[in-house]
Amino acid sequence: MPKVTYIEPGGDEVQIDVPVGWSVMQAAMSNGVEGIEAECGGSCACATCHCYVEGELAAAVPAAAEGELAMLGNVVSERKSNSRLSCQIKMTPELEGLVVRFPDAQS
Amino acid sequence: MVIVGAGLAGLTVAETLRAEGYAGPITLLGDEPHGPYHRPPLSKGYLLGETQEAQLVMRAPELLAKKNITLKVGTGVTAIDRAAQRISLADGSTLDYDGLALCTGSRLRPLPLAGADARGVFGLRSLADSRAIAAALETARNVVVIGGGFIGLEVASAARKKDKAVTVLEAADRLMARVVAPLISRFYLDLHSGHGVDVVLGAMVSELVVADGHIAAVKTKDGREFPADLLVVGIGILPNAEIAQAAGVECSGGIVVDACSRTSDPAIVAAGDCTARRMADGTFRRLESVQNAVEQGKSAAAALLGRDREFNAAPWFWSDQYDVKLQMVGLTAGFDQVVTRGEPKGNKFSTFYYKGGKLIAIDSLNQPAEHLTGRKLLDKGVSPTPEQAADIAFALAGLLG
Repeated sequence: MPKVTYIEPGGDEVQIDVPVGWSVMQAAMSNGVEGIEAECGGSCACATCHCYVEGELAAAVPAAAEGELAMLGNVVSERKSNSRLSCQIKMTPELEGLVVRFPDAQS
Repeated sequence: MVIVGAGLAGLTVAETLRAEGYAGPITLLGDEPHGPYHRPPLSKGYLLGETQEAQLVMRAPELLAKKNITLKVGTGVTAIDRAAQRISLADGSTLDYDGLALCTGSRLRPLPLAGADARGVFGLRSLADSRAIAAALETARNVVVIGGGFIGLEVASAARKKDKAVTVLEAADRLMARVVAPLISRFYLDLHSGHGVDVVLGAMVSELVVADGHIAAVKTKDGREFPADLLVVGIGILPNAEIAQAAGVECSGGIVVDACSRTSDPAIVAAGDCTARRMADGTFRRLESVQNAVEQGKSAAAALLGRDREFNAAPWFWSDQYDVKLQMVGLTAGFDQVVTRGEPKGNKFSTFYYKGGKLIAIDSLNQPAEHLTGRKLLDKGVSPTPEQAADIAFALAGLLG
């Protein structure tokens, strides 16, 4: 299973094996990673699973669709060029070693 | 602290208690065989096999253990002894509490017709229900859905994606009549018809035809008969308030709570589908939604710790049907003016509901960003004029300052 490193708002790093096909959000929620709310459960409807994709693998993540881009305009913490909604990043073998950082606030 | 009900509301109470610094024992009791799981996909992706069962699990079991939250599944609660602050469990044991959270959820409203227990007849509330419907969909040919609300229409959408013949029987003269304006109902009628669903409005179901113990057809009062080898009944839910009522906790179509999720008993709070919230004007409000479970859960945990946390955000909901995401914020009841923003033909628009010139609700189709802006407008009590709302060149977010 591809490993993802989550960086919590406090700076702690959590490494999780994420099954292929799962979203980066689902694995974070299931394992209690701090810094994510995901109150809509992954429907791209709430913008509370905002993350920053760090490092070189950022380019390997498929681009955000129109709906996600619109939602990113509503995130509470600063929107950066590497901002994504973690519910919309589906795990693939190519994303082994992905690093995502959660912002200080989601709502 | 004891929490009855291991759904989203119960889990939120448990985790919020910990997050707020409560260090004592927390017991989370669920009557289903599994721990907390996501219900929204049950009528959407899970039916289609797009969402796997493992993905429905909200928290890995070891995570709850790490937070020192004791989860007991398959554990029904039969009674509350408020004087002794003790609950009785279905297995005959008892459990003492200092604080009790009732997050007992809801159950399917039964269809009051003979044959409703026949094979091939399903309601959709739990993972077990959805699993059974998904299995039946594999072999079904004629799917009939009773009820043109969110659940019924989402099931119809999933069944059409599986290329089944689908009929929706709705008693009212339009779809989702309880929550959306006629314009949106009309849009969804066209959407479903366009996808090949036979939507029958004003359909008064009179009889279930059962052959060899299996559903065979549904008859309506006007004499029509609709063949069915899979019948899904989506006519609403009923709050599980019985154990509270039997214990003398005030109930009125649900367990009565205030804005901070407190019940009539100072040691008992309640959250989620099972509640009926007393509003400032004396009416009761029942919300059946993810947001309500989360917000009331957080308030309930705060109340157990002696703190006031009012749930004042505008209510929001969503429904996914085909490739259209409907997001609603606010309550439309009593609206006297509707303004459309955007172009309905493009499947991307919003409707703004006004009452006495004030914005009270917004329905958005495939406009998630506009929905979020709308939530902020309603939460802050900012009301664009109907003219501003109708003008897509006018930036609504600019009103938020």
